[in-house]
Amino acid sequence: MVQQLTSGERQNALIILLCVFVAGLAMAAAGGSDPLGMHGVIVMLFGASLGALVMRSYYDRQPDPDRLSHYYDDPIKAGVALTLAWAIFGMFMGVWTAAQLAWPDLSFDAGWSTFGRLRPTHTTGVIFGFGGNALIATSFHVVQRTSRARLAGQVSPWFVLLGFNLFCILAVTGYFMGVTQSKEYAEAEWYADLWLVVVWVTYFVLFLRTIARRKEPHIYVANWYYMAFIVVVAILHIVNNLALPISFGQAKSYTIWAGVQDSMVQWWYGHNAVAFFLTAGFLAMLYYYLPVRAQRPIFSYRLSILSFWGITFFYMWAGSHHLHYTALPHWVQNLGMTFSVMLLVPSWASAGNALLTLNGAWHRVRDDATLRFIFVAAVFYGLSTFEGSFMAIRPVNALSHYTDWTVGHVHAGALGWVAFITFGSIYTLVPSLWKRERMYSPALVEVHFWLAVAGTLIYVFSMWNSGILQGLMWRTYTQEGTLAYSFLDSLVAMYPYYIARACGGLLFLLGAIVAAYNIWMTVRAVPASAAERQSDVPDTGLAPGAAATPAE
Amino acid sequence: MDIDHDTLVGFAKSWGLFYFIAFSVCVMIYAFWPSNRKKFDDAKRNILDRDDRPWQ
Repeated sequence: MVQQLTSGERQNALIILLCVFVAGLAMAAAGGSDPLGMHGVIVMLFGASLGALVMRSYYDRQPDPDRLSHYYDDPIKAGVALTLAWAIFGMFMGVWTAAQLAWPDLSFDAGWSTFGRLRPTHTTGVIFGFGGNALIATSFHVVQRTSRARLAGQVSPWFVLLGFNLFCILAVTGYFMGVTQSKEYAEAEWYADLWLVVVWVTYFVLFLRTIARRKEPHIYVANWYYMAFIVVVAILHIVNNLALPISFGQAKSYTIWAGVQDSMVQWWYGHNAVAFFLTAGFLAMLYYYLPVRAQRPIFSYRLSILSFWGITFFYMWAGSHHLHYTALPHWVQNLGMTFSVMLLVPSWASAGNALLTLNGAWHRVRDDATLRFIFVAAVFYGLSTFEGSFMAIRPVNALSHYTDWTVGHVHAGALGWVAFITFGSIYTLVPSLWKRERMYSPALVEVHFWLAVAGTLIYVFSMWNSGILQGLMWRTYTQEGTLAYSFLDSLVAMYPYYIARACGGLLFLLGAIVAAYNIWMTVRAVPASAAERQSDVPDTGLAPGAAATPAE
Repeated sequence: MDIDHDTLVGFAKSWGLFYFIAFSVCVMIYAFWPSNRKKFDDAKRNILDRDDRPWQ
């Protein structure tokens, strides 16, 4: 990675890392024994170890000046590796916390391993670690290919990728120490939030400058989605995290929002994190990797534009459906409910567009597990957006809210849609990025696919059952007008479903491990000779080597 | 004039609505404008080209 940088760029990288190191030193000095001090040490180690990496190759040969006439793929490769590492970490934490709900002894009586601390390590690990790295890596790939231009920077892509991972590390290590600002999907404290602003603005500028260099006259729709993702996440992150630290030497801060406004800001953020972090960027992957893998143009480009603007403008108003039956004014609840129902139109337009693109290529969906990943993602996108609109209706929400139905819905989206489209994209991306003819083992892709499908279905069905059962038990009255079941009764009734859920999650985790192994072996394999290689052509699943995989 | 709850509701129910309708009309016009057809068709086909290098 350092070999691709000129000596001037290596210097710049070292200066940035020195600044990171000094910032870490200041945090350690100011923080002392506060968790902030521990985080300072982590930042120092991060800066120092990357600095050592740069210095080790500092006097290496200068890069070929010809590099500028190639796409810049090194940060993408590192991004794919980080995506898989976070996937395994985040999903493992998910399985662990799921198991804790069935068997509470699994917290082993330690403070750091209680459910309340482990749960955000799972959500941050999968949403930001796995999802975020996948978004950054694929956005770098897609923007270059669709603009026919190299990334507009040599050091800045590394800054964005590694800086984002530093944020994730600070967030996750903080949770173990009990650092949290208690905001859903935004638990990291003020200093990590400030750092993310710097990283995100750099990302925004890098993306814009790359698009400005494009040779293709029209900006392909996938880039619109990535752009919406970057811009809106910046706005959401800044507004939601406006907070005052109790001192510069302590990790704890208090939000500037108060009362119901705080709830509204938090769920405006929370739901738009789902919309723009977990949907817009992944729709960008859908609109690029689906046509490329299927070797068919998107069914209707116009429809993709209409659904883009629909999603961008409707989603912004949907957040208040998280606050039905609260102190939030009734009309704001109605607004959120109405917009959530309207969202079904652009959401199904995208899902339908994807499925109609595959119409006529069903034999490829049957034969190619990678394309099947993308197909299942589109189906689950359609299902979970329908479910989401339905659950946002107030009387339905009366039954579903605070139950496992919500958890099931989130995972239908996160596993069935987000993770499936990510793995489909990665399996398309990896062979073309490392210039391999195909994945090391198509059979292992197949194994991963079925593990992931089985895991998702078991997870979602057990949570649907348990959620509706919970909701019904909580609202059943006796003839005397008292509640028929105590909370504890409902908890006992959940037990089998919680075990099933942990098993489903475990299957999904195993699939991710299989993927990591398969990708690792693909990277290690000998590159196909340039003459034989047909870049970006999908594997039909009938590849000649399909039977010759004794290494498993 | 006091900006109270009803003012905000009134604003949201009138101008909010108009702004959405106006915006959706603009998007429709852009998407269906006849001379944009070729641009969109090219865009959706061009990503399938096999190229391994940026254009110079």
